[in-house]
Amino acid sequence: MKRRTFLKNSVPAAAILPAVVDGYSIKAFNSNSPLMQALMDPVIDTDHVLVIVQLSGGNDGLNMVIPISTYSNYYNARTNVAIAQSSILPLTNYSLSGLHPAMTGLQSLYNEGKLNIVQAVGYPAPNFSHFRATDIWMSGSSSTDVVNSGWGGRYLNTEYPNFPIGYPNSTMPDPLAVQIGSITSLTLQGPSVNMGMSITNPTSFYNLLNNVLDPAPNNQMGDELTYVRTVASQTNLYATRIKNAANSVTAQNPYPPNNSLGEQLKIVARLVKGGLKTRIYMVNYSGFDTHSLQVNATDTTIGTHANLLKNVSDAIKAFVDDCQYLGVQDRVIGMTFSEFGRRIKSNSSGGTDHGAAAPLFLFGKQVIPGVTGTNPAIPVNTTVNDNIPFQYDFRSIYASILEKWFCVSTSTLQTILFQNFQSLNICNDAACRTTGINDPNQVAGEELITNSPNPFTAGTKIKFRTKGGHTLIQIIDMLGRVISTPVDREFTAGTYTTDFESGPLPNGVYYARLQNGPIQQVRPMLKVR
Amino acid sequence: MDRRDFLTARKPKTIPAQAARFRTYSGINPYSGPWTRNEVQHLLKRTLFGSRKADIDYFLTRTPDQAVDELLNPTAPLPLPPVNDYTTVDTVAPGATWINTPVSDGTLNSNRRASFKKWWVGVMLNQDRSIREKLTLFWADHFGTETDTIGNAHYIYWHHALLRQNCLGNFKQLIKNVTIDAGMLRYLNGYLNTNTAPDENYAREFQELFTLGKGPSVAYTEDDVKKAAKIFTGWRINGTTFTVFWDASKHDTTSKQFSTYYNNTIIAGRTGADGALETDDLINMVFSKDEVSKYICRSLYRWFVYYRIDAGTETNVIAPLAQIFRASNYDIKPVLAALFKSEHFFDIQNQGCHLKSPVDHVISCLREFGVVFPNDNTEYADAYGMWNYIRNWLANLNQDIGDPPNVSGWPAYYQEPQFHELWINADTLPKRNQFTDTMITNGYTRNGKKILINAVEFAKTLPNPSDPNALIDDTLAVIYRFPLSATTKQQIKEQILLSNQAQDYYWTNAWNAYIASPTDTANYNIVNGRLKLFFQYLMNLSEYQLS
Repeated sequence: MKRRTFLKNSVPAAAILPAVVDGYSIKAFNSNSPLMQALMDPVIDTDHVLVIVQLSGGNDGLNMVIPISTYSNYYNARTNVAIAQSSILPLTNYSLSGLHPAMTGLQSLYNEGKLNIVQAVGYPAPNFSHFRATDIWMSGSSSTDVVNSGWGGRYLNTEYPNFPIGYPNSTMPDPLAVQIGSITSLTLQGPSVNMGMSITNPTSFYNLLNNVLDPAPNNQMGDELTYVRTVASQTNLYATRIKNAANSVTAQNPYPPNNSLGEQLKIVARLVKGGLKTRIYMVNYSGFDTHSLQVNATDTTIGTHANLLKNVSDAIKAFVDDCQYLGVQDRVIGMTFSEFGRRIKSNSSGGTDHGAAAPLFLFGKQVIPGVTGTNPAIPVNTTVNDNIPFQYDFRSIYASILEKWFCVSTSTLQTILFQNFQSLNICNDAACRTTGINDPNQVAGEELITNSPNPFTAGTKIKFRTKGGHTLIQIIDMLGRVISTPVDREFTAGTYTTDFESGPLPNGVYYARLQNGPIQQVRPMLKVR
Repeated sequence: MDRRDFLTARKPKTIPAQAARFRTYSGINPYSGPWTRNEVQHLLKRTLFGSRKADIDYFLTRTPDQAVDELLNPTAPLPLPPVNDYTTVDTVAPGATWINTPVSDGTLNSNRRASFKKWWVGVMLNQDRSIREKLTLFWADHFGTETDTIGNAHYIYWHHALLRQNCLGNFKQLIKNVTIDAGMLRYLNGYLNTNTAPDENYAREFQELFTLGKGPSVAYTEDDVKKAAKIFTGWRINGTTFTVFWDASKHDTTSKQFSTYYNNTIIAGRTGADGALETDDLINMVFSKDEVSKYICRSLYRWFVYYRIDAGTETNVIAPLAQIFRASNYDIKPVLAALFKSEHFFDIQNQGCHLKSPVDHVISCLREFGVVFPNDNTEYADAYGMWNYIRNWLANLNQDIGDPPNVSGWPAYYQEPQFHELWINADTLPKRNQFTDTMITNGYTRNGKKILINAVEFAKTLPNPSDPNALIDDTLAVIYRFPLSATTKQQIKEQILLSNQAQDYYWTNAWNAYIASPTDTANYNIVNGRLKLFFQYLMNLSEYQLS
């Protein structure tokens, strides 16, 4: 993220900052003055945020974004669940597809220019298992590779390479990523440590959501449990920041009632507005595994799937409106994903089975509005084996967001996603078009291991700092396999170097993992030709 | 509890309420209730380091009496002694034990002290199905010796061996042995205590910490300390042979009269070799006070049951246990047998209320999950390296084994009113989580060897890991004492094991697919990743700190 340097460099010395604070315009002498620094800090709060909405279970994308241009093939493939053409919600200036009738919220967003619909997102050789497909989407791997880290975690590891040693700090006082829910997901798993924090995690932060927390019984076990919980609530490094951020927002635009996705997004909006510098938020909404009775038998526009889509649509609409209300609309974009779409042909239980590619949504004021791609081709006589082929690799979406929203360089993109992917024009990249010199995130925290050059062709020098005692450096490939162990012995405290010669190893990403007592830190390294 | 109360509570507001709430009326009558996994687990969590599934299965086939008797009567041989695991030149070969070859060299002793502490971790990890190791740690806390004060590793090891050998024996004999033990003579300056220059250090702690304690009815005087110090004069250490001997010329041969607390007892001064017998006279006098038995029973109670002793517990438990202790002439075993077989021990009020000590947290975790260490015989250097890593964690969590903060032992066992709660604070709780996180995620790698919780292998030891509900229940039945609610278990199942799906069969299918082709990396990762998250989550909950 180069935004901070961009702002610093763009302020000429002794210029009048065109900002008014409490009614007074402020004269800034140079960018290093304490006053300017103080002003910078609120400014840096405009850094970009990505909200990932996971729709668990495999969403039936074909009933969400309905192909009007091939309507009869669509209808014939799934007569028992198909949406009547007359009920499809139209999109302004786009007649080839429309939305499920329950998605009036997203229809408005589209018409307001705050929605991009990306058609048929998937990947080669799709997997139909919930678990494996979810892991593929979250890890950002191909379907033939098993990768144990998440794409978001790898991004955050390149952005904040020293995390968690020396965190939180003044550059990054907040969690790098926040998962609303109990469990930090694979998406936020870095090459070595998890980069995310789940804010209903009982060890960290309580009850922003109505998370289940067993009451402490009224006996001595309960007394001791309460004691530990109290310590836990006081000791989380981020609890106060998060609580203060959440509490600083006293008014929000309304959210739909009884909508758990809306409740989660409402928290996200509060935390963003409240000043957290957190980069990535993840929320989850489940129930999309609609093998049977996904529609009402007599009216296909209502039923289970319609309710799910309505909640998704209402929640996202409310969130985007709330961002506007809170004045953070230029900082936040979001994306939806589901581990797979469903089969073109419906089954006889009024549902659809596991499928392949499906559309996804990008939302927010800074997304490039419109429909990316074309309606999927649907055969005239669809068989049970027919699936929607992918037009866009899901990693192209990740790559485009990282490049255009988080200003990630090309070589770093390759480090995160292991190869190059198509760049899609899906969000405003104005902030990334200036070049910064120093990225403070890179040196925040305590740097224990680095390498140079990086990227490298044959060899690279690894520099590491040990606090003494047994010290280990392992070279690990993108699949998590240990390739070599250049350092594995006792050291006295100090800084040392070791050479890593990659020899015949293929080009790609390698991680240098330092382990020193209870400490570990990982440096990604890219081998190129 | 109201959430606001909960969040703002600095400390549980239970202490006033506690006084009003009479905890339980149960006493030491024999327990006759159910004998299920729950009760076995309770017994094992308190007497061993962790309740491994295999151990629960084993004791479930015994009666409660048989189980307690087995735990109190170890049959396994004493552990093999620590060895030379360091590279410094020593008269003993690498891999050979140094315990019979005392040296004066400072560097060697430092290496040997380190070897001893690593070895102790290994002994606890490899404990047998008996209370021996937990009780050894109890006595080490009771006598509170510090290796960095004693200095000489020879004395340290043999002091420690004395505790282990006598941990279930006779307390009066143990006190006698400890009094004239080289390690203790060094630790509390007994070897410098002579008729011309008395040193009261040991004489004071002997009464205040080792036998009578500081209970309300204890009333020995400063003069009693001085008199006791005189009695102990004459015990010396031969720095060439590293042995204890009696030096009659250094003994104060005057007669010593004690205070009214000791009924003005006069211990007649003796000369020559007989002077050593005054030590027995003193021990007999001190052990004639009921406070000794009460003090030790309270210490045992705090260690094995709960740290709060209210009036009911004092009357119904401590007093009768102390009576048993005295009646058996201070044999330890009958007291523990009565305690562990009592209705009070199994009282629901006394289950799950123990906050784990660092040793309990760390060693239990490694044992319950069956973490495999390098072979302590064929790969001893690697084993010692790993044990050292674990020892370092214990020290980070404030329980540096072999080196408690001072002669009082660890404050968690004596400091009113918080006691065990002192283990857990803003510094140590995140570190406890960091330890379990490390063990379940990356483990620790050293010299090409790795220690790590193998999540899949642990799941395989459970009766029905393909059923997510059974998997959760059976895991909790090993590692948890707090009964999680059905709602919480459902949430954990859905969010972790089912990846937000509703149907159990998704987990079942994933598990069965892995079992059918265990070498398939994708299948393995699906179950392994979710199991790791599942165990990590459970170990991060505050409930995991209860035992």
